[in-house]
Amino acid sequence: MLMRSLASTLVALASLGLGACSSKPADGSVSILNVSYDPTRELYDAVNKSFATAWKAKSGKDLEVRQSHGGSGKQARAVLDGLEADVVTLALAYDIDALAEKGLLAKDWAGRLPNRSAPYTSTIVFLVRKGNPKGIKDWPDLIKDGVEVITPNPKTSGGARWNHLAAWGWALRTLGSEDKAREYVAALYQHVPVLDSGARGSTTTFVERQIGDVLLAWENEALLATKNLDKNAFEIVIPSVSILAEPPVAIVDKNVDKHGTREVAQAYLEFLATPEAQEIIATHHFRPRNPEVLAKHAAEFPKVELLEVDKDFGGWAAAHAKHFADGAEFDKIWSKKAETK
Amino acid sequence: MSAPAPRRPALADPIAAKATLMVVAFGFLSLFLLVPLGIVFISAFKGGFSTYLAALTDPDAGAAIRLTLLVTLIAVPLNVVFGLAAAWALTKHDFRGKGLLLAVIDLPFAVSPVISGMLFVLLFGAAGLFGTALADADIKIVFALPGIVMATVFVTFPYVARELLPAMAAKGRDQELAALTLGATGMQTFRKVTLPNVRYALFHGVVLCTARAVGEFGAVSVVSGHIRGETNTIPLHIEILYNEYQFTSAFAVATLLVLVAFVTLIAKKLLLRTESQGATA
Repeated sequence: MLMRSLASTLVALASLGLGACSSKPADGSVSILNVSYDPTRELYDAVNKSFATAWKAKSGKDLEVRQSHGGSGKQARAVLDGLEADVVTLALAYDIDALAEKGLLAKDWAGRLPNRSAPYTSTIVFLVRKGNPKGIKDWPDLIKDGVEVITPNPKTSGGARWNHLAAWGWALRTLGSEDKAREYVAALYQHVPVLDSGARGSTTTFVERQIGDVLLAWENEALLATKNLDKNAFEIVIPSVSILAEPPVAIVDKNVDKHGTREVAQAYLEFLATPEAQEIIATHHFRPRNPEVLAKHAAEFPKVELLEVDKDFGGWAAAHAKHFADGAEFDKIWSKKAETK
Repeated sequence: MSAPAPRRPALADPIAAKATLMVVAFGFLSLFLLVPLGIVFISAFKGGFSTYLAALTDPDAGAAIRLTLLVTLIAVPLNVVFGLAAAWALTKHDFRGKGLLLAVIDLPFAVSPVISGMLFVLLFGAAGLFGTALADADIKIVFALPGIVMATVFVTFPYVARELLPAMAAKGRDQELAALTLGATGMQTFRKVTLPNVRYALFHGVVLCTARAVGEFGAVSVVSGHIRGETNTIPLHIEILYNEYQFTSAFAVATLLVLVAFVTLIAKKLLLRTESQGATA
């Protein structure tokens, strides 16, 4: 307490010296900051341009949406540490819950927009090298001898947590018991040579550095790799069971109130549900919520049996405590792996 | 014993040893320096000169270059002042805690840059020691320019001081004492005696400090927040481009850092030459 008051005195003195040091634009233009996760770089690049045009038409003001990208957990941490995001668009609800926990936004944030605040969905698929030389068709093939699996670190990456839960969920359903599921997932991590910190890092490891036989990837990352990077080098394999990934978006109440940007931030997130934005979403390989847009792109998004975090894992809080908290399933499995090496 | 060995200068290595040493040295240099540097340039110009130019004139790249220059222009002068003060204090005066100050100057060399960045987040982040007070005063430190400058200053501050210390120590205190005895003021002594004596060491320190400030990645990455066009320095911008599969652009921007390295090397060489000429003249 004494330290804190000492600190505030120092800051008060320093601010006298510095003068007003805030960074509000003087002209009529508006600027908001969208702190997002790794694979949405190209998506928001396109969405932002489209929304800026729509906003200019509606309000007559120029809008700049600034972007920051990184692993979902890492980005949530930065917002907690003071990165002043007006909106967060992260990989999973748990990371936004963490912000709500600290009072940065209302705890009922997920109910403020339709579809649990997730304007699009995705799932987890396998990306393999052309011709599928290791014959990978479904989850059991991942733990065959000589197969190397690339997945990021579930401690820092949202995509990796979806990967982990999809594997666990399949094993639990097919093999029938918790112990069998744990055994399968442990065997799976035995086949992982590198744990990158974000989904994009893993894709680069697999695609550019040519490491591994199969990449557990966001469907959108896998489609990006096959359609935009190298058409003839990869194939997508859809497993028999995967998981419904719902990357959510939310306004950070504390920051929009401070910046006076609530109205534009709200409009920005609502824009994501418009047919125009849904079309952009689909062309960037995320599954749109809008049924007509989805129907139009149906060829790209095959039907898969999907597990749901709420139904099959008791929600993110429970899933996190069981699998990703310190000392939980992932830590146990990974430290055991380190011992056997 | 046996027949006398063939005559050779007593202090030279045998030819075989000399050849091995050269092969090892050049082989190592080519493998770890020249080949990677070559690849940077080849990859940068893969798409032709226009693509190269486009990568450098992109607005986000421009913002990253401006930010890096600004940070360097603030950090280097600060470290010159600090380095002069520290070296002066340590070589011209005796005081308690001298050893401690000497050790503390080297701290940034010993600490991983990532930890340096974390220190500033822990101090000035929203949940940090100064966090609430800073929020009340509406001052942004981390994820903004001040944090990036602080992290850079922290990481680069030993460079000037470390260059000045041996130079000042070697000159001793006699000339200053003489100047003072002849009636010079403290400031005159500093300007006309101390500073000229250590000017090469100072330039050398500035060159190294600048090179490091421009290229710093780890500490700045932690405090940057990675906002495009705003808090990304050149190294961070390169990482972003690489992660966005824009490999050619990433390497194009990387050539800027390689050029900084070349300029640094040339500046060092020139300094050494003028210094030795100055010494013989």
